[in-house]
Formats: sequence, structure tokens, C-alpha cells
Amino acid sequence: MTMQTPSYRPAAGEDAGAASGSAAPPRTTGLRAMAQRHLSKLVVAPSFAAILLFVYGFIAWTVYISFTNSRMLPSYELVGADAFAKLWRIERWYVAIENLLIFGGLFIGISLIIGILLAVLLDQRIRGEGALRTIYLYPMALSFIVTGTAWKWILNPSIGIQQFVRDLGFPGFTFDWIVQQDTAVYTLVIAAVWQSSGFVMALFLAALRGVDQEIIKAAYLDGASLPRIYWGIVLPSIRPVFMSAFVILAHLAVKSYDLVVALTGGGPGYASDLPATFMYEMTFRRNQIAIGSASALMMLATVVAIIVPYLYSELKGGKRV
Amino acid sequence: MSSLTSALPPAQGTGARVARWGLYLILLLFAAYYLLPLLLMITTSFKSPEEIRTGSLLSLPRDFSLDAWSYAWNRACIGADCRGMAPYFLNSIVIVVPAVVISTIFGALNGYALTKWRFRGANIVFGMILFGSFLPSQVILLPMAQTLGALGLAGSAGGLILVHVVYGLAFTTLFFRNYYVSIPDDLVKAATIDGAGFFQIFTKIMLPLSLPILVVTIIWQFTQIWNDFLFGASFAAGGAQPVTVALNNLVNTTTGVKQYNVDMAAAMIAGLPTLVVYVLAGKYFIRGLTAGSVKG
Repeated sequence: MTMQTPSYRPAAGEDAGAASGSAAPPRTTGLRAMAQRHLSKLVVAPSFAAILLFVYGFIAWTVYISFTNSRMLPSYELVGADAFAKLWRIERWYVAIENLLIFGGLFIGISLIIGILLAVLLDQRIRGEGALRTIYLYPMALSFIVTGTAWKWILNPSIGIQQFVRDLGFPGFTFDWIVQQDTAVYTLVIAAVWQSSGFVMALFLAALRGVDQEIIKAAYLDGASLPRIYWGIVLPSIRPVFMSAFVILAHLAVKSYDLVVALTGGGPGYASDLPATFMYEMTFRRNQIAIGSASALMMLATVVAIIVPYLYSELKGGKRV
Repeated sequence: MSSLTSALPPAQGTGARVARWGLYLILLLFAAYYLLPLLLMITTSFKSPEEIRTGSLLSLPRDFSLDAWSYAWNRACIGADCRGMAPYFLNSIVIVVPAVVISTIFGALNGYALTKWRFRGANIVFGMILFGSFLPSQVILLPMAQTLGALGLAGSAGGLILVHVVYGLAFTTLFFRNYYVSIPDDLVKAATIDGAGFFQIFTKIMLPLSLPILVVTIIWQFTQIWNDFLFGASFAAGGAQPVTVALNNLVNTTTGVKQYNVDMAAAMIAGLPTLVVYVLAGKYFIRGLTAGSVKG
């Protein structure tokens, strides 16, 4: 990938009053000339101001609310960390956290395995590779609210796979995970893997295509088998992609919301709640704004812990992000 | 971009042929796994309720019928409103078009300014904007609801447009910034020597070179905003709701007999725009997906 090219700043005396980088010495005075010199900043300013307010300002607002006793409406009287203490005493929150760990772990692990497997298999000069790639990746183009309609049907014991297999002549067959408290969260994994593993495949396939073919050829001539070449040489050489894929999948797992709404609605009861649905429930349905804000901040903290070290290392290297 | 193994001689012999067949079998089985939900939606949407009750999950429709589609489009009840999906489909268009256009314009200008007219702190500004693409929306739901209320935009399409523009900026800026980084600075340098200004260089030099990334960005934003559910469910009231929210309400309506064919037709209606774009321009969509993450 391209390294970042050095930034251009016109040298002094190079331009005659046209817009220039801030390094150029001022030539003309007056508002117009000043605007020209700072145009670049002025152009970015509205977006940056919007981000400052709507991202960072709103985070601060949510932090503030989480230290109040707001219930149905925001109250601005600070009461300390009560909401956090309450949050960590709610059983439903523990269910959501535990579900996130189960769901996140399985979702990331299985998506990586399937994605890498498909990428390596597709890389074997496959006829119809383009069509297969298109099929593997289309779930990412559709809202889960849309595809969840089909998944709900497939997983519904009385009309979906269970009934289908029973009709085939296996009346004892049972696949009713979606209606069982202990197993509903695993249906989220099935559907989420279906949605995102093609994306992992695309990431790895792009990386595989960037590996130097000469190395592969040399290893092959040395008598190494194909699986050995992939396992021993190719996959280790694209290590950074594992990191990217992990970071993206992990933050998707924390943010998962549509999936739960479309598939289980958090049910049965709240057995398949994730933090995102917990937050929505507390904030908009149970009039517990402070607790909802506290739970949102827990989500933010998790995402920050995953993302910031990653972004930092990427930006510091001056590479494309 | 060719296969890694294309440098190697093709394998010979019966063993290799069997392995080859196995390879295709695995790939096709996965294709079936990915296609199953979509095929199920399509076939079920063309079946009659009787056929769904008596027939098999995977069978093709015997009596091909468009009734479910037309019912879902303009007669199905979403809550108490029995005008079908059509008005909500229109809502989504009204929200998506301006939101995509505005966020793309700002993204292009930001990317240009941040790469070709770098100022002190440009990297920090970019990093801070970029973080927005990972933000869990839950953190901003409540303040946003309050702010939209204060602005008089609560429950309206205008409010949703604002929300989608603001939270789309991170992606559009990222796309254009990464694209413009790879365009030689000498082009800009030469133009400034010729006396061209900031906007002149943008419209005359950068934009004509930007077609690929413009397509990537527009497709990405279109897909994201069309598929949005959380913002639509949180900030849009009754009649202004986007198509995803309407679909969820329709599917979860518990009154009356469940019409699975109508549910599936409604889901297809909500999904078709992004699906069509994906089929026609999938390559650009994939580029958007991987833009944030591929390094070699």
C-alpha cells in the first residue's frame, strides 16, 4: 500500500497571492487574502466543529448524565457514581455482558476461520471466482432487519429447519435454539457469522493477492506442499490483516443491535440481550436514563480499548488507515 | 491481482483432480449457505399462504403469485397505518439522497484539504474525525434526541438527514483522504504555479480524477444510510420512519394471521435497492468495505 506522500507546502515566493499553505509568508493584507491563506482550515472547520460537538460533546454530555440521577427526563444534578453502582447490580446487565463475551468470542473466532478458509480456497485459480465472491459477500450489503426476517423463519422450530427435517422423516429432530433461554444467544452467532464471514474473506483475499509470488515459487521448488506454504509462509506474512480483521469484528460485536432486534428481540425474556439492546431498553423504555448512559459508556470504553491502540499505531506509522 | 498460486505449475494426476472436485464442492456448499436466506425470501414471497402451510420450506413456488408483493407494497398494515411499505420506502429515499450528497461533498473537500493543503495539526484533526467511524451510537442517542428536540427536528426527515450527514463524515473523509494521498502533490504544485486557487484546483484537477472514489463513497453511504435501523427507530416518528423501521414493525405485528409471504415480500422491497446496487457495482462496495483496513 502507498505510504503517505510528503505534504506539499508551496515555497515562499512561488505563488502570487493564490491560496497557499500556512507556511507561506503573508503578502497581501485584508480579509480576502487572509481567507485565501486559511482556506484549507476553513473548509475542514465545519466538519470538524460538527464532529467536536456531535461526537466528543455528546460523549461528554452522556458522561455528565451518567453521574446524575436522571430517570425519565435528564436532570442536571450530580449525584456521583450511583448509576454505575446500580448498573453493576442489575442482573440483566450481567446477562448482557456474559452474552457479549460468548457471542463476541464465537463470532470473531468462527468468522476468522471461515473467512480465511474461503480466501485460501478461492485463491486456487477457481473458475467463477467473481460470482462466488459476490455470493459470499452480499449479506454485508443488506440490512439485518431484512435478512433477519428470513433467519427468524429458518430458526423458528415450527416452520423452519426443525419442521423441514421432521417432514423428511426424522420426527425426533430438534433444533429450537431460538426459543430456549440457554441457546438463543447462539442463534445470534449463526446469523452474525453468516453476515460477516464473507467480509473477512474479502480482507484476506486482497491481502493474499499482495503477497510476493516469487517467495511462493521458491518454496514450491524447494519441495514444500501447498498447505505448508500457506500455513508457514503466506499467512504469517499477512499478520497485520489478522489485526485489522480482529479489530473490526470486535467492534462490530460490541455494537451489535439490529441483529438482536431482528432475530430474538433480546428474548426469550432477556436471555439474549446484548449491551446495545440493554442500553436501549433502559433509556427509552424503562425511564432509567442515567443507567442507560452508564451502560453506553461501558460500551464506549470497550470500543476505545480496542480501537485507540490500533488507530494510534496506524496513524503514527503514517500509513493509510 | 492474480492468484498466489498462478506462479506454480498446475497439479497433475487423479489425486489432484479429486482434490480439485473437493475444492469446488466446499466452495459451492458455502455458496448455498450464504444464498439460502435470500432464496427462501424470494421463493416464499411468490407463494400463496396455503402453499406455505402445506408445502416444504425449500420448494419452489407452484403457483407463481405477485399478490404478496402488491399487498406488502400498498396495503399491509404497519401499526395502524394500512398503506403498506410504499410511503416508508419514499421516506427512505427522501432521507438517503440529501444525506449521501451532503456527506460526500464534505468528505471530498475534507480529504482534499487534509492531504493537499496540510496545516499544522491536520493529522490530529483527521484522527479525531476518524474515531467517529467506530463510535458506538448508543453513546450519542440520548444527547442527539435532546438536540433534535431543541432544534425542532425531532421525528422529522430533516433530523435524520442531519444525523446521517454528521456520522457519515468519518467514512467519507477517510475514503477521500486515503485516495487523495496517492495522487501526486506535483499536480497541485504545478497548478498553483499557474495561479490556480484552492477551489479551482479542486474542481479542475482533483474532481476529474476522483470518479472511482466518488462511486465507492456514494455506494457506501447509500448502503449504510438505507440500511440504518437504530437512528431511524430512535429519531423518526410514525409517518417519517424509514423503510427498515417499517419492515420491523410489519414483521413484528402480532395481530391477525401471520402472512409469511407478505413479510418476505416486504423484506425484499426493503432490501432490493441496496441489493441491486451491490449486484451492479459490487466491486466498488467491496473497495469501500476494505478501504479502512487493508494493509500489505
